Amino acid sequence: MFNMLRSLWQYRHFVLSSIRNELISRFASSKLGGLWMIINPLAQVAIYALILSNVLSAKLPGIDNKYAYAIYLMAGLLAWNLFSEIVSRCLNLFVEQGNLMKKMSFPRIALPTIVTGSCILNNILLFIAMLGIFALLGHQFSATMLWLIPLTLVVLILSLGLGLILGIMNVFVRDIGQGFPIILQVWFWFTPIVYPESIIPESYRGLLMLNPMYPITSAYHKVLVYNQSPDLIHIASIFGVALALMLVSLFLFRQASAEMVDVL
Amino acid sequence: MSLLKVDNLGKAFRSYRSEWLRFARWLGLPTKPSEEHWVLRHINFAIEAGEAIGIIGQNGAGKSTLLKMITGTLQPTEGQVQINGRIAAILELGMGFNPELTGRQNVFHAAGLMGFNPQQIQDAMADIEAFAEIGEYFDQPVRAYSSGMQMRVAFAVATAYRPEILIVDEALSVGDSYFQHKSFSRIREFQEQGTTLLIVSHDRNAIQSLCDRAILLENGAVIKDGNPEEVFDFYNAIIAEKENATVEVKKLDNGKVQTSSGTGEARIEEIALYNSKGEVADFIAVGEQLELKIKVKIYQDIETLVLGYGIKDRLGQVMYGTNTWHTNQVINNPKAGNSYHFKIAFAANFGVGSYSVVLALHAQDTHLESNYDWRDLSLIFNVVNLEKVQFSGCSWLPSEISVK
Repeated sequence: MFNMLRSLWQYRHFVLSSIRNELISRFASSKLGGLWMIINPLAQVAIYALILSNVLSAKLPGIDNKYAYAIYLMAGLLAWNLFSEIVSRCLNLFVEQGNLMKKMSFPRIALPTIVTGSCILNNILLFIAMLGIFALLGHQFSATMLWLIPLTLVVLILSLGLGLILGIMNVFVRDIGQGFPIILQVWFWFTPIVYPESIIPESYRGLLMLNPMYPITSAYHKVLVYNQSPDLIHIASIFGVALALMLVSLFLFRQASAEMVDVL
Repeated sequence: MSLLKVDNLGKAFRSYRSEWLRFARWLGLPTKPSEEHWVLRHINFAIEAGEAIGIIGQNGAGKSTLLKMITGTLQPTEGQVQINGRIAAILELGMGFNPELTGRQNVFHAAGLMGFNPQQIQDAMADIEAFAEIGEYFDQPVRAYSSGMQMRVAFAVATAYRPEILIVDEALSVGDSYFQHKSFSRIREFQEQGTTLLIVSHDRNAIQSLCDRAILLENGAVIKDGNPEEVFDFYNAIIAEKENATVEVKKLDNGKVQTSSGTGEARIEEIALYNSKGEVADFIAVGEQLELKIKVKIYQDIETLVLGYGIKDRLGQVMYGTNTWHTNQVINNPKAGNSYHFKIAFAANFGVGSYSVVLALHAQDTHLESNYDWRDLSLIFNVVNLEKVQFSGCSWLPSEISVK
């Protein structure tokens, strides 16, 4: 484990330049360039807001801003986008980079690190854009939002742990790469992001606790919509789960890295 | 201590009845692979600083698996590789180049992938740009490059820092000849400065001119380790055996390998090429004295017999050819059952390349009339430049240049 970190440190410049190159090449020869990174999720927000706000706005309790639903949506999507982007990119990471892994010798751990870095960067830019829109909607920045820093960290560890496990297994069983995006879609709709949890019937609401993304989105909601501190016990428990997944994934990564190249 | 030591190295690719059994094994459960396919096994050798080693072998012999284990992209199943120094590989040039980035940015990226820090890369950048010689393209996106330009940049990065061990794959033969020459001289420069070379190639000429040792791999084992000439001869023997075409073409009278055109009154029975040491050879040094020995058997009484021979290059152009009519050595009234042994001595004053021998038996000065037997490609030999000055072209015309 220590060796892994040390070699990663030696390759820190490579990781940084890869993240930069990824940005450059993604937006090369597009007029709006980096703006697309923000336009896409915001368009998603606009669509949901347009279609669902009339249905749902009345049911969003405890806030009197008439744009409350849009803010609620954005808060949930900020968390979900980070999660789903990291998981789905890790899922295909080793298969996509197979050629490179077969031909060049470099610390493999650099690959997920690059993914993480570029996803975080995206998320930060998205957050800044959201702050701008919040301001337009009359929802000001507050110190409570600093809670997002530890929350982001929890999302990161959770998604990286899960993504790495799936990504490693996907090298050997490619069905995972095809099947998991479907699960991710379902998962999205089973997490209160576009709807408030209050519309779930009381008797089923307990099931939400089985969804590791639920405590996270609800913490994002509390922080961004209601300006309250998140429920620390929930966050701590999900942090524990995330940490456990992360350790399992690193253990698997060490066990599997020799064999991964064999089958790529 | 050796620079590189390969100790009982082996690589097996394992397959499982179900991939879940593989996952279970990582978690420590004692599951067994359903099949183990050993690509390499019991490989041992050591390489000292400054050596140049050619690795040869047929496709599938395990060359690339061996190289991948040495560079560290593949993990050995058993045994180990000990390396005391930095390895650079010119295996897949241009790996990981991003078409949207400029040459300079890609160089930065590629050198980072090799583990260098920005300062080191900055320091080498001017050299890399100068070596690649692609002018202002260096600051344009790689998608605008020709494949040759991409090759140049890739080679320039791969060899920007002198490694202790340099692995050169056949990729080297890509690119225009000017750059090929340039890259070869850089490799030689490294070698002079003490870099050990590991070269994989089927090109005997390249290996013999660069290497002082060769390792022959066959079916995942080292079957010969010694001086390149000896190893290559052995390798060719294996190939010849496999292709069922021996260096000496023998006993065509069984009727099965009848490749002749002709009426068959007289037939070529045996043909062999001997070098100056009197050994059968298919690799010949420029200028070496050769003897072509041909055995002819007469099947019917004929009036006259003329033997013609010619030597063609790989494109089929005749380099030289004559016959016994022109040399006034016509055999008159040969009787059925007689055999004649012809010996043609000549010097291999050819350029480097592959040549074939064409033979003909006929009655007059040309084979247009009474063509008894005609063999194209009856024998193939290769000319390599071992001790002459570097030259181009298909003929060896020794010259002396004086400067005033």
